[in-house]
Formats: sequence, structure tokens, C-alpha cells
Amino acid sequence: MGKIATREAYGKALAALALENKNIVAVDADLSGSTKTAELKKVAVERHFNVGIAESNLIGVSAGLACNGKIPYCSTFAIFATGRAYDQVRNTVAYGKLNVKICATHAGLTVGEDGATHQALEDLALMRVIPNMTVIQPCDGIETEQCIKAISQYYGPVYVRLGRSAVEAVNTNPDYKFEIGKGVVIHEGDKDIVMIATGVMVQQSLQAIEQLKEKGINPTLINIHTIKPLDEELILKYAKDAKYIVSLEEHNIYGGLGSAVAECLAKQCPRKQIFIGTQDTFGESGKPDQLLEKYGLSANKIVERIVNECKGTC
Amino acid sequence: MENLQKIANNMRINIVKMVHAGKSGHPGGALSCADILTALYFNVMDINKGNLNDKVRDKFILSKGHASAAIYAVLAEKGFIPFEELTTFRAINSKLQGHPNMLDCPGVDISTGSLGQGLSVGVGMSLANKLDGNDYRTYVLCGDGELQEGQIWEAVMSAAHYNLDNLLVIVDHNGLQIDGKNSDVMNVSPIGEKFKAFGWNTIAVDGHDIEAIIAGCNYAKTIKGKPTVIIAETIKGKGVSFMENVAGWHGKAPSDEELAIALKDLGGNN
Repeated sequence: MGKIATREAYGKALAALALENKNIVAVDADLSGSTKTAELKKVAVERHFNVGIAESNLIGVSAGLACNGKIPYCSTFAIFATGRAYDQVRNTVAYGKLNVKICATHAGLTVGEDGATHQALEDLALMRVIPNMTVIQPCDGIETEQCIKAISQYYGPVYVRLGRSAVEAVNTNPDYKFEIGKGVVIHEGDKDIVMIATGVMVQQSLQAIEQLKEKGINPTLINIHTIKPLDEELILKYAKDAKYIVSLEEHNIYGGLGSAVAECLAKQCPRKQIFIGTQDTFGESGKPDQLLEKYGLSANKIVERIVNECKGTC
Repeated sequence: MENLQKIANNMRINIVKMVHAGKSGHPGGALSCADILTALYFNVMDINKGNLNDKVRDKFILSKGHASAAIYAVLAEKGFIPFEELTTFRAINSKLQGHPNMLDCPGVDISTGSLGQGLSVGVGMSLANKLDGNDYRTYVLCGDGELQEGQIWEAVMSAAHYNLDNLLVIVDHNGLQIDGKNSDVMNVSPIGEKFKAFGWNTIAVDGHDIEAIIAGCNYAKTIKGKPTVIIAETIKGKGVSFMENVAGWHGKAPSDEELAIALKDLGGNN
């Protein structure tokens, strides 16, 4: 698998899954071409429901389908699924522990030109604080494909955060197996700096490591695709010998992966943590790469932060 | 029919007792829908102890979740929950939460409480039934004040779009909400015309005439190609003299003295 957006991989995986399991249905809110649920239409048009531009109804209808034994994958942009329909997700889906898979696309800054109104930078936080909710952000097409199938075999509400822009494949090992709640060690480097990344930041981190190596720094990199439940065991195992923990997410530094990691470490293994993410700010229009650079999430900026803040290790 | 009226009256007795025991709750809107729930659970819907735990069957959604005392009362009448449990209404560790929780209480088909959400769930259930090609029906009870929620109209539009003739909405039209009359707070009339404009079949009934409610529900079953709404004209606080048509009894518990009067009104024992 080459460069592919996680939303593209989602659409393909959903269509394949629908062929295997007749209970799989898709619900969309007039964005099926963008969220890629339209892929399911190609194989099972009767199992694709468009509710129009009505996100509250999107979540409620999905809840009803789940009540009667269907496995709804409902999609819209992350900002609408988690912001506009928050009450529906909390009170109808999560409170009832309904088997609804909210696969939200266009998360984070890499939405690009649409700008701040469409760049969800709070969605991980919003979903993470809801009881019963599982929160996942796959980093590449391969992981997305496996994730979409895995969540169909898990009973309960799940939030999957997907991106608009194409990303390089990371999990190219043919033996790679996605497991809900299990982090993945992507690069086994030195023990003193441990980078913990999610989503598109895994690729940025890998590029950053290449540059850091030239400066004699070789951090370890862990991909946390499941933000909740967090793989505390793996994080603690690596934090034990670390001097610095670097959390990386295309999300506000408040409430997302960085916070989840800090909560875990504060309880059992406090470490100095460098929070890489948007610094409590809205995004803006621009090309994805320009936005990552401007908001401090590009490989270059990651290198700068690590060199400047991880003193005594270089 | 006499038997059903007896059940509805017994529900009312339990509703006021529950709200009194819980020292909180929503008696007005629970009393206004007691006859509707009796008609549904004791005549219209195919629901019994044998199919209660089936994933797919006739389903009921109390979209106006604050009328929880009414659904608990009818579930007890059906024998799905013991009558003794009604005294735990709204108390700590109770299955009978202030607003219905499907994970706690057998017979609650969806958790509700945040208004405006139940009808969307009904649309989803009805779509699933259509997909499976079964004859089960979905019944949704909405408050009239609840129609002020925008999501209701998203759901109304989608039910007509998908020709959900297996979906029936009943509007408990008692004309009152917390802050006063619907017409003063935010006018919802004309309700029937609004639904009609969205492509629904509409029926108006006296919401305290159980026979008429049953007839309306049966008639709705014959309507093909579109969803039906029954606008049930009701009296908030129905059956309890001092609660009838008083908005103040939306969310308030009766005192010991008030309970005694209420039970006398309903012919029940203290």
C-alpha cells in the first residue's frame, strides 16, 4: 500500500467488510464522497443511509440501527461528529453502550484549505471523556484497514479519527496485526527519549528521527493508535528508563494523547514531558504541510523542540 | 376497555406515589400519557415477557424521557419489573433512574432524557426493520414542547424521505411545558400541518380515550408509504384535580397532604 489517506482506506475496508457481514450499514450526512462511505454503496446500496445535512439525526439514526442489531458505521467530518452532535453521542450512544462506530474524517490541521471551522483539534478530548467510548486514530492505510474490521468484532461505541490527506505507509511489516488498545513500537532507538505519537504524527516523527540521528540523537518511537483504553503497560515499560517523554498529536495539547499519557505517567512513573500538538489555538487555511510547519507539528519543528528541550541527552 | 381504564388509573396511582416517594420527578407529563402507554402496551404493541429480551420486536421510545414514572408504571403493570421496585424511583442504586436507562431497566428500549433525540432513534430502528423485511413497528412518544428541538424536524424529514410506514409517533399534546404554555414559550402549533408539510399522515385523537388511541394506531398500520403521527390531545396532570393544566406540576413532587388528595382523586389507597 502506497500513499493513501486514512479516509480512503476506511471506505475500501468498509465496502469489503459489508460483503462479509450483512449487518454492516453506513450512515452519512451528505459527505459520503468525502468520508468515503460511498464505497459501501457500490457493493450494498440498500445498506447506505444518507440523512442529509443533519448530524444530530445522523448519530440518533445510527443508534436506532444499532438497537435493532445492525452495526452502523456513521461518518461525517470530525468537527461535526464530536462537536455538533456531542449530546447525541454522549446521551444516546455512549450511555446506552450502543454498538455504533463513529468514523469521523477530516480531523486535524491537515484538512488544509477549509480552515479553522473544519479542523477538529478537540475531538480526541471530547470523545475520551465520555464513559464507554473507545477512541482510535490509525496512522496509515494498513492500520485503518485492520482497525475498521477489528471494531466490527468489538461490541460497543467506538470513535475512529481519520484524516483527509494522503499519508505514507508505516506498518509495512506483513505480520503487522492491529489490536484495539495495543500500542506499536515503530522504532526501537535509545531509551532516554521516548516519542509517543498518534495519527499523522507517526510519519512526522519518523522523519524527525532521521534528522535527529544526524545530530546523534536516536529516540524510540511508539505509535498509540488507541488513545482509550490507553496501552499503559507499554507506555510504562518504556517510560521507566526514559528521561524525556515526547507526546505528539495533531490535536490541541489539552485533553488528547498528551494528556492521556501524562495522566498515566503521573500515577506511576512521573517524567518530564514535551507536549507537541497545537498550543491551544485554532488552525487556519493553508496547505497541510504549511500548516504542520506553522503550528509546530512538522518533522523540522519536532527536531527543534527535542534538541532545545531534551537537555543533557545530546 | 374497562380493564384498560383500570390499568391506566392504577398507573396514575403509582406515578403519584413514585414521585412522592422519590421526592422529585415529573408528574404532570407522566399523568398526561398514562392512557397512551396503556393503549400501546396492553393492546397495540406485540410485547410480552417472552419476547422482551429480543433484539428485534415492536419497540417503544419514550422520547420525553422525563415522563419516566409513566414507563416504569406500565412496565410494572406488564410484569416486567416488580411493583415493589417502584418505590425506589430516583433513589440511589435504583434501576429506575430519573430518566430511563436501557442498561438498568428491563423493557426500556432506549435511554432518553435529553429531549429531541428519541425520534431519530425510532427512524434508525424502523430502517433496520425495513432492511430485514419484518413487520415490527416502532412507537415514539414525544412531548409537544419537545417539538421545539431542531433534531425532531431532522428526524421528521428523514422518516418521510425513507417512507417509514412502520414508524408511528404520538405527540402528547398537553399544551404546557416547564415555563408555561407552549403558545407563550415558543409556539409549536399547528402541529398537524407541520407534519403534513413534511410528508406525514396525521391523525388527531383524544389522548385520554384509550379506544380512540387504539383505533388511531390500528388505522396507522394501514397507511403505506409514509409515517404517521397521532396528535393526542391531553391534559397535563390528568386525573389529579390540583395538577390538571397547571404547568407548575411539570417537575415537582407532591407533599404528604397533596398525595392524599391525589390518591382520593384517583380512588386509590394511601
